This record gives sequence, C-alpha cells and structure tokens, in this order.
Amino acid sequence: MTSPRLDAKIPGGNISEKWTQYKSTVALVNPANKRKLEIIVVGSGLAGSSAAATLAELGYKVKVFCFQDSARRAHSIAAQGGINAAKNYQNDGDSTYRLFYDTIKGGDYRAREANVHRLAEVSASIIDQCVAQGVPFAREYGGLLSNRSFGGTQVQRTFYAAGQTGQQLLLGAYSALMRQVGYGTVKMYARHEMLEVVTVDGKARGIIARNLVTGELERHFGHAVLLCTGGYGNVFFLSTNAMGSNVTAAWKAHKKGAFFGNPCFTQIHPTCIPVSGDHQSKLTLMSESLRNDGRIWVPKKAGDTRKPIDIPEDERDYYLERRYPAFGNLVPRDVASRAAKERCDAGFGVGASKMAVYLDYASAIERYGKVEANKQNLVNPDKATIIKLGKGIVAEKYGNLFEMYAKITGENPYETPMRIYPAVHYTMGGLWVDYNLMTTVEGLYALGEANFSDHGANRLGASALMQGLADGYFVIPYTIGAYLAKEIHTNPISLDHPAFTEAEQRVKGIIEKLINIKGNKSVDHFHKALGKIMWDQCGMARNAEGLKWAISEIRKLREEFWKDVRIPGGAMEVNPELEKACRVADFLELGELMCIDALNRNESCGGHFREEYQTEEGEALRDDDNFAYVAAWEFHEGYEWSLHKEDLVFENIKLTQRSYK
Amino acid sequence: MKITLKVWRQKNGKDSGRFETYQLNHVSEDMSFLEMFDVLNEQLITENKEPVAFDHDCREGICGMCSMYINGRAHGPWEGTTTCQLHMRAFNDGDTIVVEPWRSAAFPVLKDLMVDRSAFDRIMAVGGFVSVNTGNAVDANSTLIPKEDADNAFSAAACIGCGACVATCKNSSAMLFVSAKVSQLALLPQGQVERKDRVRKMVAQMDAEGFGSCTNTGACEAECPKGISIANIARMNREYLGAAILPGN
Ligand SMILES: Cc1cc2nc3c(=O)[nH]c(=O)nc-3n(C[C@H](O)[C@H](O)[C@H](O)COP(=O)(O)OP(=O)(O)OC[C@H]3O[C@@H](n4cnc5c(N)ncnc54)[C@H](O)[C@@H]3O)c2cc1C
Ligand code: SF4
Ligand code: FES
Repeated sequence: MTSPRLDAKIPGGNISEKWTQYKSTVALVNPANKRKLEIIVVGSGLAGSSAAATLAELGYKVKVFCFQDSARRAHSIAAQGGINAAKNYQNDGDSTYRLFYDTIKGGDYRAREANVHRLAEVSASIIDQCVAQGVPFAREYGGLLSNRSFGGTQVQRTFYAAGQTGQQLLLGAYSALMRQVGYGTVKMYARHEMLEVVTVDGKARGIIARNLVTGELERHFGHAVLLCTGGYGNVFFLSTNAMGSNVTAAWKAHKKGAFFGNPCFTQIHPTCIPVSGDHQSKLTLMSESLRNDGRIWVPKKAGDTRKPIDIPEDERDYYLERRYPAFGNLVPRDVASRAAKERCDAGFGVGASKMAVYLDYASAIERYGKVEANKQNLVNPDKATIIKLGKGIVAEKYGNLFEMYAKITGENPYETPMRIYPAVHYTMGGLWVDYNLMTTVEGLYALGEANFSDHGANRLGASALMQGLADGYFVIPYTIGAYLAKEIHTNPISLDHPAFTEAEQRVKGIIEKLINIKGNKSVDHFHKALGKIMWDQCGMARNAEGLKWAISEIRKLREEFWKDVRIPGGAMEVNPELEKACRVADFLELGELMCIDALNRNESCGGHFREEYQTEEGEALRDDDNFAYVAAWEFHEGYEWSLHKEDLVFENIKLTQRSYK
Repeated sequence: MKITLKVWRQKNGKDSGRFETYQLNHVSEDMSFLEMFDVLNEQLITENKEPVAFDHDCREGICGMCSMYINGRAHGPWEGTTTCQLHMRAFNDGDTIVVEPWRSAAFPVLKDLMVDRSAFDRIMAVGGFVSVNTGNAVDANSTLIPKEDADNAFSAAACIGCGACVATCKNSSAMLFVSAKVSQLALLPQGQVERKDRVRKMVAQMDAEGFGSCTNTGACEAECPKGISIANIARMNREYLGAAILPGN
C-alpha cells in the first residue's frame, strides 16, 4: 500500500491523455502576478538553465545559483553521446509509445508510468527548441538531422553533436539563460554554493548560500525553490562525474523533510578508462557508442600475461557474445558492467591492475577497410591497405575518443586494444517528487538528475539529457503554476525572519566546527575511504552481510571525520578545502542511507544487484510481488530513517523478465 | 619522476603575489597535471600549509574551468589540450615547471591560480543567443541546413570559454572567443534575424570589459585547446563592418 505521505498526484485518464488534459486544466498565474513571484533555481545544468530561462520568459523573477565560475560549466557540459527523442525521422517505427516502453523496460520496471510517458511525449519538442536556438546537431548531406542508435534500443532515435552533445545542448540552454540575464529577469549567482533550505510554516521560502569568493553567507528569498543540482555519483569518490558534483543541496533538503527516493539505484557504466594508480582523481568515460563497433574480450586462460596481440583468436573469450548471443556487445549497461566484473573477479582481467577487459577495434578496422576498398574499387588490396583504409574510417567516427584515450593512457588504441572497466556514472535515485516535480516539502522542487523520477533502476543511454531538458523547458513551467497560483498573496518574506536567521546560524555552526577541528587528515583522505567502502560493498554487486558491515564502517568513518579532518585556511576567503569538506560531510551521511536502501531491497533489479537474488545463470532476479515500489526515505534526527513506499502501478506495460540472450 | 614546481601564490585580489618553489619526489607519468597538483596540495596540507587554489571541474577537457599558464604557455606544452588533460609524461625527470594564472586586466586574480572570467558571461548576455522563447519552435527538420554549414557552425561552437586565447595574446584580446560565437550563429539560418545587432553589441561589450584589440599574431589559435580557427576572427570583422555600415538588424 502506498504511504499516505506520498501522493504522486498522477492525473486521471488514459496514459496518452493525462498530460494534455493536465496542461489544459492546471491553474494559471496571470502576467501581473508572475512579476511579483520570485523563484530560486539552484543549478545551471540542463535542468536548471532550461527551467530558469523558461520561467523568466514567462515573467517570473528568477535567481540562479551555481558553484562553478559560470553557468556554462555545469556538469551537463560533459555528456558525450546524445539525446533521445521520439521523432521517428528515420521512419524505423519509433513512436511516443515505443520510447515510453523502452524507458520503462530499460529501467527494469521501477519507474512511474505517467512521468515516463510525459517524458516521451515532450521529447520531440526538445529537439525543435534546441535547433531553434542554434544547437548544431549532426546533419546528413541533404540538410536533415542525423540519428544514431544507442544502448540496447532497436530504433535510431538519438540526436547528437559529434561526441559533445551535452556541451552543445548546455550552451543552447545557457544562451537562453544569459539572454534573460541580459534582460534583467534572471539574476545570476555564480561561485555560490547553496548550503541550506529555508522553510517557513512547512513551505520552502528560500536558501542560504555561501559566496565562494568572499566566504560570506547570503540569505535569499523565493516563493518556490527548484533544486537542479545533479547527481551524487561522487559519493564513490571515483566516478565519471565532475570533481565538484555533490549531494549537498539535495541532502540539506532531505534533512528538511524531503524524502529521498531509491538512493541505492546507481548506474555503473561499462566502458571507462581503468584506474591507473593511487593518484587517480576521476574516471573518464569512453562513450557507449564505442560498443557499436568494438568487441569486448579477455584471455581464456586466467592470469595470461601475454600482450593482447600475441593471444591467438581461439584463446580469447568474447564473453558478451558468448553469454548474450542476441545482443552481444550491445547489452544494456548494467548487464555489460556485471559481466566485466565477473570475468575480472574470476582472474581473467588484463593490464597491470588485472581489473580491466579489452575493447578491441582490430576486426572493425578490417571490416571497414574492406568496405572502403570495395567502394574505391580496389582489386585484391593487400592487408596493409585494408588496415590503413579501415583506420581512416574509424578515426572519422571515433577519432576524438581514441585521442582522449591515447592522452590518458599513453597507448595507441588503433594498434592495441583499449583497456576498459566499469565506473560509477549516474544516479537514478534522488529526491522523491510527485507528478508536478514537487518534493515532500511544499514549494520545493527537484529537476534533472537530482530527482528520482524517470529512470527506474537503470537509465538507458541518451535519456538523462532528455529528462533534464524535459523537466526544465516543458514540465516545470506548467506544473509550478499549480502551486504558485495559490501563492499570489504571499508577500516576500523578510530576510530577518527567524527562519532565515536560524538557517544561517546552522550553516555558520557547521563551517566553524569544520574549520576548528584542526585534525590530522585531509578531506580527500576521508572521501577516498568512503569511496572504497561504497565501491566494494554498495557497487556493482551487493549482499546483506557486506552492506551491514559498510553501514557500521561508514558510521565510524563519519565520527573520525568530525574529529580528525584538517581544513587549512579560514571561512571568509576562497577555500576549496572547506568547500570539499562541506560536501564530503553530506556524502558520509548519504552513503549510509544508500546501504540501508540496498539492504532493504531484497531483490535484484537494473543496476541494483543483490548477490542473494540471481537466476541460475547469474542474471538479476526481480521480485515484483514484494518490491514493485519506490522506496522513499524520511530522515529523523540521530541518523534514523523511516521507509515510505509508493507502489508502482503498471496499467499499460506488462512486467516481464528482461532477457538479452 | 622528481619535479620542481614554481607556483604563483596570491592570497587574494589585493595581495601582490609571488612565486613559491615546491619539490615533488614521486610524480608518476600517468598522472594528469591536475593530479600532480592534488598530490602537491595533499603534501602542503600535511605540512600545515595552505594548498594552492586552482579552478577545475570536469577534468575531461570540456567544461573550460581549468586554466593554468605552464612554462609560458596557456594549458602547457601539448597541442589542443586543456590543463586537465595534460599528463605528466609530457615532462622529464628533474624538470622545473613554472605555473601562473591567466594574466589579463579583464581577468583579475581571485586567489593563486584562480581568475575571474565573468567578463565572458557579460559578453554572452548582450547577444550570444537566438531570441527564441521556449515553445516557439517549428519542427526541427523544417529548416534544411547544408551539412557543411552545420559542421562549420559546430566547429565554432566547440569553444569551451576557457580564456586561453586571452591569456596568450599580448594584447589580451578576446576576439577568438567572441568570434567563435558570432560565427556559429552567423553560419546558421536561425541566427540571421539578429545578425547585425548581435555582432555590434558583443563587440561593444568586449571593448567595455577592457580586452585589448587584435593585431593578428595568431597566438590565440595556436594555444586554443579546441582548435578554434582564426578564420572566425576574419568572419567577425566582416560581420562587424557590414553591421557598422548598413543600418538595421
Ligand atoms: C561523462 C558523462 C557523459 C554523459 N553522457 C550522457 C549522454 O550522452 N546522454 C545522456 O542523456 N546523459 C549523459 N550523461 C548524464 C547527464 O549528463 C546528466 O545526468 C545530466 O547532464 C544532469 O543534468 P542536471 O541539469 O540534472 O545537473 P548538472 O548538469 O550536474 O548540473 C548541476 C548544477 O547544480 C549546481 N549545484 C550543485 N550543487 C550545488 C549547490 N549546493 N549550490 C549551488 N549550485 C549547486 C552546479 O553548479 C550545476 O550548475 C553523462 C554523464 C557523464 C558524467
Ligand atoms: S576560443 Fe579557444 S582558447 Fe578561447 S575561450 Fe574558446 S576554447 Fe578557450
Ligand atoms: S577541468 Fe574541465 S576543461 Fe579542464
């Protein structure tokens, strides 16, 4: 039974009419009133920039915050592969329903149908909007937009701009945002970090932010607060996320009453450059598109130390092709990641650390070379010519990725197979939100990766960019009206209100406490220790015993942190160590909740793999009778959490076991 | 490897700043340049000294946040590479490396190697956009764009706004950065309506921010980590002339 505290506010009616119906009946705010209503947007990634620009266009007064030195540098900028949309430009049978279906299935049936259907519905408008802004998507010679296929779907619905799709989409949203900044309708606060939500009578009414240049704490009022603060993959220390990505904003909201949804749902991406040493500060993603042409293998003999080139064909184990003949190297991310871990754990890993598998382009180079030789009408070309031609084609398609690999590893991927290993990449979990994207705190919203909403237990490639922009451009501008229409009589609350004073005092207290510990260990020391616990026990495979151990270790680590961390410098200046400390303090709490959630979910689904729950062939074993729900956690003082369940009702899609064999 | 680092230290905007020398004895050639700074900072924290402040975020060469002037070159010795993507195998055991912030009047130093590049945002806010509100767009495939134009617009749009072009230019000119945006939008049909207005406003703001003028030395193109072509500057000059002579949008 769904908890009475979790009203998802899903509109009635047929799934394909809910959103249309909703839009034509939702309360509106008239233009004169919009001018009086202030909205705080924390975050300037795809979700934040698109929301802020659109709300300002509608006439609201908007303030935007980000911790980087410019809105354009939000982590969305790093997305490589592409963005999905059900345009069916390729005439290959795509439709809103199919995108909806693929996303629900890809998420292993742990997402809410109504939200996902809405996402699929608005997806097409996103592409229109971006093109109108001048986003230079890839095009065909005829001048039409080009598409590629992506992770596990059978249609070509992914729009892209070389390997820089996130950059181009964010620069589009950023340009719309800066246009409003120029008009004075948005006030931008870069190098500001939100450190507290201010609530008055149970409603979100503002934030406390630290100016990262002067160190001052600032109070800001808003009739509503939107958290567009991204994901929390950095709880693992090593991930593909930017160094500053953090959970702080969401976590402060959580401690103010916003429930946290499915915190243990983490996506581990199968193709990243492996760890090279203790100095490692982050992991670099190699786009999923590489799996379209590359073949993944390990030696058949455990501990084989020969060079890859010296290992003959029949002594190689193309384990994905062996285990999943139907999808081969193109199985979804969770499946591919687990299979790599299985081989390495069994002793078949390669490279110095033995924690890597090969991603091999030799056969693709040869295949492309032959095709090209044919095109050029070469009769009986020799092998060297074929390889040369093939390398040219591969360079055209993946050149920038190969170059990046070479820079980082010092190896030439055209000559020797790349070494890859899975890495933390995305967090499906996040603040629980209803259909309006409102959290369990009134007036407090969460958009983009910061909410738990659309990806269930596993996100399909190219769907996070879609969700961020859907939330910001096309969903929140409507759904926020449902709340703000009731707020037109609320006058701005004075910054001297006790709620602001109290919130600022709390932040000040934390900062002073941190600085005065003057212990012996750096912030990174604790962050790395936490990351190791999380990766070992709450990473690609989890079990009850390990999770219980992790929970007690994290508690100890947290205690030690608050006794022994050393933060040089003061509070009233640029102080990157202090910034990191505030973030790691929150990760040390979140980590515990992730383990609690993983322990509670006695099933395997998507990226959440509990070793106790697997089929005989080692595949994830879901338990729909007992776990087809969203786990929304409520925080209580003293690090206690209580669980609230939102039952997931599937009226349009039948639940089946995912199979990629 | 052993590396000697001479790093610019400056407490804040008011401090006059100085070089400090540090010795690192265990640098791996697999480290990125910023990971070497992580190691240095860890060492400084252990010695109860203040770590070096520097800007960085994605560490993948795309956010444009990192910005170190290394041995007299913006982003260091590798072509087409940001500071975060530079790896220590670019250096030799025993090397001394001098590291400074971007230096330009328009980019004041905030602390150590961190500078204030908000001038770039202000230039964007006056014209670096197409004026199209959300919801006004027509079907994306209703406007055909020749692949070549789309590709050229993309190449210009690849600018990451890092400011290396300014740091490298003896006049601190921001022409490469501004021309990249002007070119991207001038090459696309969507950008036509506001074409003249845009270039006029962006150039005016660029001047107001105190960036110097361009004397065509080409240093910016050589140091740009994203290969933004100096041909964009020529295009912007044409755009600007056209806009200055002919009235209208
Ligand atoms: C390497 C990589 C490649 C990817 N490729 C793809 C892809 O090809 N396709 C796809 O669909 N998805 C991809 N993803 C996922 C996708 O990029 C992200 O999920 C998405 O961009 C998140 O956008 P966002 O707007 O929610 O958050 P972000 O872009 O992370 O923005 C967060 C914002 O919040 C601000 N912020 C955070 N905390 C605070 C605070 N306390 N105070 C003030 N400001 C704060 C930050 O400054 C920033 O502006 C990729 C992810 C990675 C890591
Ligand atoms: S033009 Fe090149 S150097 Fe200048 S800001 Fe853009 S990417 Fe950096
Ligand atoms: S840190 Fe993002 S470009 Fe270097």
